[in-house]
Amino acid sequence: MKPRRRQRLLLVSLLVAGVAVAAGLALLALQENINLFFSPSQVVAGEAPANTPFRLGGMVVDGSVRRSDGSLEIQFDLTDTAKSVTVAYTGILPDLFREGQGIVAQGSLGTDGIFNATQVLAKHDETYMPPEVTEALEKAKAMGVQ
Amino acid sequence: MSNNSANWLTRFHRLGSPPSFYHLAGALLPWVALLCIGLFAAGLYGGLVLAPADYQQGESYRIIYIHVPSAWMSMFVYAVMAASSAISLIWRMKLAEAVARASAPVGATYTFLALVTGSLWGKPMWGTWWVWDARLTSELVLLFLYLGYMALVAAIDDRRTASRAGAVLALVGVVNLPIIHFSVEWWNTLHQGPTLTKFDQPSIALNMLIPLLLMAGAFKFHYLYALLARVRIEILDSERRTAWVNALVSQRPS
Amino acid sequence: MTEFFQMGGYAMYVWPAYAITAAALIITVISPLRRRLRMLRELSAIAAQRDIHRSE
Repeated sequence: MKPRRRQRLLLVSLLVAGVAVAAGLALLALQENINLFFSPSQVVAGEAPANTPFRLGGMVVDGSVRRSDGSLEIQFDLTDTAKSVTVAYTGILPDLFREGQGIVAQGSLGTDGIFNATQVLAKHDETYMPPEVTEALEKAKAMGVQ
Repeated sequence: MSNNSANWLTRFHRLGSPPSFYHLAGALLPWVALLCIGLFAAGLYGGLVLAPADYQQGESYRIIYIHVPSAWMSMFVYAVMAASSAISLIWRMKLAEAVARASAPVGATYTFLALVTGSLWGKPMWGTWWVWDARLTSELVLLFLYLGYMALVAAIDDRRTASRAGAVLALVGVVNLPIIHFSVEWWNTLHQGPTLTKFDQPSIALNMLIPLLLMAGAFKFHYLYALLARVRIEILDSERRTAWVNALVSQRPS
Repeated sequence: MTEFFQMGGYAMYVWPAYAITAAALIITVISPLRRRLRMLRELSAIAAQRDIHRSE
């Protein structure tokens, strides 16, 4: 390789490396702000901001969904398997909302420890399967066959 | 050994020479088009007709067959653009400049499609058109990188200066690619994690996966077609004063 | 057939996504073909003009 080309190669590598380091440091500094939501554990530990709206993410606890008759009011518990927080919400839920589903709720924490959500978003997993396959898998699991 | 590598280099150089690339690309285009259309036909039939509905998302998941290939291509095209920018800066190869310039609008199109189809998928499934999570935001930044590149190259009159300025911008933006890819692992996001590019088994049923791969192939050939067609124009434009272009246009009945 | 077009109730999301994609993909391959023809016409006009000048 000719020296001039080697020099240019070095310059290009330095440019990319420099930008990568700068971006890495910036992202590291912003780490917490880039996360979309707080987990129930963080909320219980008091890490979530008080008095300002934030997002709370977790799984809907099985059997925790309580609907009130004749209105769109709903209460359910969100968990990250360690801690859980009760969420109250009034409105239309996304199609994917169900027990065991990942959910991101926007709202604020009341003094009673209940999270009052103004918006509920469903987070789906990265698995794509036909319904028959999941049924078969669940049946197999129920029968204790792996 | 050195003789062999010198031979290879000359062949590479000849291929990289504008007139031979122009003609080679012209000969390849119909075949690329044929492959692309065939893959699209197979992928669309497999994805829209043969593949079963998803256990969670029902029929709405079928947007995956255009959303995921668009998103993959938005990053792949940027990688091509950045690599050819590096080559054009280091070796001053004209063809590499043409590839970078020709890739930008195509990559911007894929990025736009990834964002729009993702939004149309997000509304029924997540319950929102848009959320400022790390994956969506970094993909939007990618769109702005493409648009910034195109604006910068268009704003500078001198061709080679424009290409060089664009190349530096393209290389600066390359840091965004790993951020897009790993955003769903580094931070918590509304967007789900990777289905195929994780190290354990892909979590998608085979009869859903095959159409997805066919569509990904179709998008690859679509890019190849658009790239070759655009590089030919870049070549004609930059070589307009040369003897071979003159011979080419005077052969044509006007 | 109608069932296919209804997409399990998600037609208003699935079909626009496919339509926008089809339109964008077609435009990205058609526009360079048209631009090339225009450029060839332009260049051959320039060449013809130059030939006239030369013959004068």
